Amino acid sequence: MYGIGLLKGLAVTMRNMVSPGRQFTLHQYPDRRVGLLGLAKQANTNLVSYVLREPAMAAKSLIGLATVKDRMPQHPRFRGEEFVWYEERCTGCASCAKYCPLGIIEIVTHPSGDAMQEGEKYAIDVFDIDIGRCMFCGLCVEACPYDAIHMGSGFEESTYVREELVIDVDRLRSAPKRPSTWFRPQLEGKGYQPLDGQEVSWKDVGRHQMPDDSELEDRWAKR
Amino acid sequence: MAITTEPVTINLGPQHPSTHGVFRLRVTFDGEEVVDVEPVFGYLHRGTEKLAESRSYVQIVTLTDRLDYTASMSNNLAYVRAVEKLAGIEVPERAMYLRVITAELQRIASHLMATGFLLNDLGAFATPLMYCFRERERILDMFEMLCGARITLSYMRPGGVFQDAPAEFWPALDTFLVETPGYLDDLENLITGNEIVLARTRGVGILGDELAIATSVTGPMLRASGVQWDLRKADPYEVYDRLEFDIPIGVAGDTFDRYLVRILEMRESLKIIEQCVDQIPRGPIKPDLPFNLRPPEGDAYAAVEGPKGELGFYLVSDRGIAPYRCKIRAPSFINLTPLKEMVVGWKVGDLIVIFGSVDVVLGEVDR
Ligand code: SF4
Ligand code: SF4
Repeated sequence: MYGIGLLKGLAVTMRNMVSPGRQFTLHQYPDRRVGLLGLAKQANTNLVSYVLREPAMAAKSLIGLATVKDRMPQHPRFRGEEFVWYEERCTGCASCAKYCPLGIIEIVTHPSGDAMQEGEKYAIDVFDIDIGRCMFCGLCVEACPYDAIHMGSGFEESTYVREELVIDVDRLRSAPKRPSTWFRPQLEGKGYQPLDGQEVSWKDVGRHQMPDDSELEDRWAKR
Repeated sequence: MAITTEPVTINLGPQHPSTHGVFRLRVTFDGEEVVDVEPVFGYLHRGTEKLAESRSYVQIVTLTDRLDYTASMSNNLAYVRAVEKLAGIEVPERAMYLRVITAELQRIASHLMATGFLLNDLGAFATPLMYCFRERERILDMFEMLCGARITLSYMRPGGVFQDAPAEFWPALDTFLVETPGYLDDLENLITGNEIVLARTRGVGILGDELAIATSVTGPMLRASGVQWDLRKADPYEVYDRLEFDIPIGVAGDTFDRYLVRILEMRESLKIIEQCVDQIPRGPIKPDLPFNLRPPEGDAYAAVEGPKGELGFYLVSDRGIAPYRCKIRAPSFINLTPLKEMVVGWKVGDLIVIFGSVDVVLGEVDR
């Protein structure tokens, strides 16, 4: 009968509208307005104890001013901007610069005189990454033989000025050390989440276990 | 008094919502009827083939992401297969299965997008598109688990894939496999029987099988015309010879068949992924290769059945670290060849629908 198809279609849209689990997940990035109940639920308490504990927030929520952060869940492997770079691990070999398809990493080094046990270390003068042209392919991270550079997890670096998109060595030094686990399987499977806020020390990001001091001495005494 | 009329030529695009990108159609109308159409492209030309001549073999993988940006995995696969053929690289089993799984997921994502936008072009504004995007989103989430990106994936490398799937990928894939058939039923209930869709698509823009073959059309478009040709069966690559699946074909070669073939293909893709999940062995995912490959002198052509058709890469090596020449056989571009024959005689509204059913991605048309 003519029209059956239309009715069937309407049934589908109706079912999708009411049945839980089939609805769209809506994330109100960057923050979502919540009421008192939502706040209490987030703090894992009931309504009364929340009001007693945080009267200011509770009052705010009543006039519709309380917000909580809201964003899509992100996998730890997410390839984002803000490269995480460990100066302690970097030898200035410039493999990353060589393998970047766009040639946007600029590295200038000088012999530092600060000899490591394996050889002389180069000090980094310039380490510029022009993320305005970066496509976040991660080949630089893949190429780094010493696990010194990692992808970050951010995506909120937009600026009004193009020049500010060049990440220089000072910014790399001071950036929070929360590497993405992309191409770094050693960071995976330990419950590490880049967005949790915990930082990883340079000793723990390598693909090999860092030998402790006595072991190192042993190794060098044998040579 | 006799009224004299004359045909009018109108530019559709390059900035037009229904051209799926920056694409210009110079259409000549007689009243509302199309009498001539001439596609004009090149607005998205980025010189990928030339750029490839100054990139090393691994770096080109990032360029292939940007050809058909709704099907990066398939592009990656076609390209790395050409490199492997050129350099004679053996691919480990596990990597082959991972590549087939991801390529089929990508096919589903791409077909969902094609279906959604076809319905959008039909005037079913946004509702079916949102249904399609909701499921596509889950595939993109799985890609994010695999390779940290959602669109520009760069997942494959000559010799394999760059990283194994994380532990949480497999449960996500299982839920996806369980839930998607029901979702496809939903989509079919919504669209396939709909009288308006039928009236707008049945018998519209017919592409006969002889013309389809003569114009080198491939992919769902060719199969909708009733030709059973699929590279996965005709020239099995990777592990497709170990998998069981059917090739759905259409009867009439009209717009409706092109839509239906895509839906049926998604179901076949789900079957393929299920079998892969059962069969996938443990093992390495990539042989130890230098970052800069230097394949021996020679040339190689490798093609895969991408979501839009036969996607091939022809590479010539002169022992350098970059290919001497890279030619891309882009299915979207070649599928546009019979466009004129399909649309002449139809009305303006049908022109948009027929063009939508070809499913072109302009990143691939212009390269
Ligand atoms: S992510 Fe890719 S484009 Fe960006 S700096 Fe690294 S290699 Fe270059
Ligand atoms: S980050 Fe890695 S690849 Fe780049 S210079 Fe430092 S050690 Fe070399």
